[in-house]
Amino acid sequence: MSSVPPGLRVESVTGIDVSLPVAGPGARALGFLADWHIRVILALGWFCVAALIYNGRLRLVSPQTNGASWFGVVVAPALAIYFLYHYVVELAMHGRTPGKRMAGVRIVSRDGGTPGAGALLVRNVFRLIDSLPFYGVGLIATMVTREHVRIGDMAAGTLLVYERADALAPILLQSAGAAARLDPVGAELVAELLERWSTLTAPARTQLARQVLARYKLDITGADEATLHARLAGLLQPAQGRGP
Amino acid sequence: MSGTARQHALAVSLLQRAGLWREADARARRLARGHTDDAADATRLADDYRLLAHDLARVRSLMPDTRTREYLETTYTRAHATLHHGAWHAGSALLRLFRDEIPGVVRWLRPYIFWSSVIFLLAATGGYSLVHRYPELIALFASPELIATVERGQLWTEGLLNIVPSSVLSVQILTNNIVVSLLAYCAGFLFGLGTLYILGLNGLMLGAVFAFVIRHGLGDQLFSFIVAHGCVELSVMCLSGAAGAAVGEALIRPGAGGRIESFRLAALRSGKLLIACALLLVGAGLLEGYVSPDPRFGLAVRISLGVGYWFFMVLLLSGRLFRRRMP
Repeated sequence: MSSVPPGLRVESVTGIDVSLPVAGPGARALGFLADWHIRVILALGWFCVAALIYNGRLRLVSPQTNGASWFGVVVAPALAIYFLYHYVVELAMHGRTPGKRMAGVRIVSRDGGTPGAGALLVRNVFRLIDSLPFYGVGLIATMVTREHVRIGDMAAGTLLVYERADALAPILLQSAGAAARLDPVGAELVAELLERWSTLTAPARTQLARQVLARYKLDITGADEATLHARLAGLLQPAQGRGP
Repeated sequence: MSGTARQHALAVSLLQRAGLWREADARARRLARGHTDDAADATRLADDYRLLAHDLARVRSLMPDTRTREYLETTYTRAHATLHHGAWHAGSALLRLFRDEIPGVVRWLRPYIFWSSVIFLLAATGGYSLVHRYPELIALFASPELIATVERGQLWTEGLLNIVPSSVLSVQILTNNIVVSLLAYCAGFLFGLGTLYILGLNGLMLGAVFAFVIRHGLGDQLFSFIVAHGCVELSVMCLSGAAGAAVGEALIRPGAGGRIESFRLAALRSGKLLIACALLLVGAGLLEGYVSPDPRFGLAVRISLGVGYWFFMVLLLSGRLFRRRMP
């Protein structure tokens, strides 16, 4: 029986469940803080640039009291950026925001898919409750719930999961010769060591290469660094006279 | 053949399919980014999905702690998300929302709308009676400036356009109303008590202010100010209160699925009504900013606008505005 990693388990028609690791309060808070800074910078940026253009000189206040055009051009768009940032960006980026990307998380619905416009709306409307006081309600909710969700997530049926980093592609064992010499785990070990060869210090890579080669009982007495590298590469090559 | 040798052979045969996994991964990425009209491409993705599911199951048991497994988990998740991502067209989604979904929500919320309206009216009557009998209690509901203005025989709305332009006034008012409306909905999370509080408080304030203003002979003027925007604004308050009450009841009396699931279903379903509420409040805000404080509009025009807009709201919420045309 195959084991499924912990997290949100999404049933599939194939019978093999999809597993999505649920993000905790730390990743959520990091994403939120990054987004908060981004939207403050964007809103302030709009306000300053629009005010400078509107006034035509280095001045950030309205030239007249309660000017309608000032409000429409400078103030209202800045407020709209600040308050609609999450909903608009989450909708446009399919449950992601720049801050969430930095934290390596994204919003998914309970079936593992991208949440719809309605769910994202409800999720963001409930920020009114979650943000009281200073996001205390939301933070406590993420700490005490099993799936680390805030009230908006409970209402919208969403949760934050870690984006899986692009895993390294598995090595391709095309030759029976290589397959006969190496077990799959060993083959991965050799391939990974060769991939990381240039990033390791000379003593470290020499030591690791010796350990790996010793595992396959290969003669490494007196071998220098270049020879060790060649021997490792040779393990992944088809064996002479035994290839398919 | 020994068990270990058999497992080794199986793992090796799996690794020899790594090329297919990479192709599947590339296809899932490509299809996730954009649309395709190529049916063959979509079919190949479905085949990829089955292949990945099969191989992942094997790898989970044969090579649990390897990067092959990590890679397959990622690729399988990506293929799953791409394959199960529903088609979404903004135009048809909006039409469906206003033609089918919102009217459905309103039908479901009918008893809640009735009781929210009753609570609001009772609170307004209570506020009116209190201040009518004990005028000094107006201090509980209105600011000292408002009280002083009315006692001078003026409404605080007089000359409003000399202070704030209509556009600014509209945006301020509609923003405030939308926030109150959203709060009435969200506050349902407190087992409906928050919604009850917001409905009750707004009703009390409306009744109390009306009683105070009528006492100073300004009732007609206040009615004239309110009628254009108030019909819809007060109705929307009751509608969002009804949505909040539904959320509250879902928590108090959850169904078989449990409290959280019941809350989720009620919040998601009733939340659709908020979109209509917000749009209606934008219109009410524009009326309040441009028509209500402007003395050039007579009472008849104001009543026509208010009642007309209210009927528009009824048509919108009943789905008649976007009714399907029969062939």
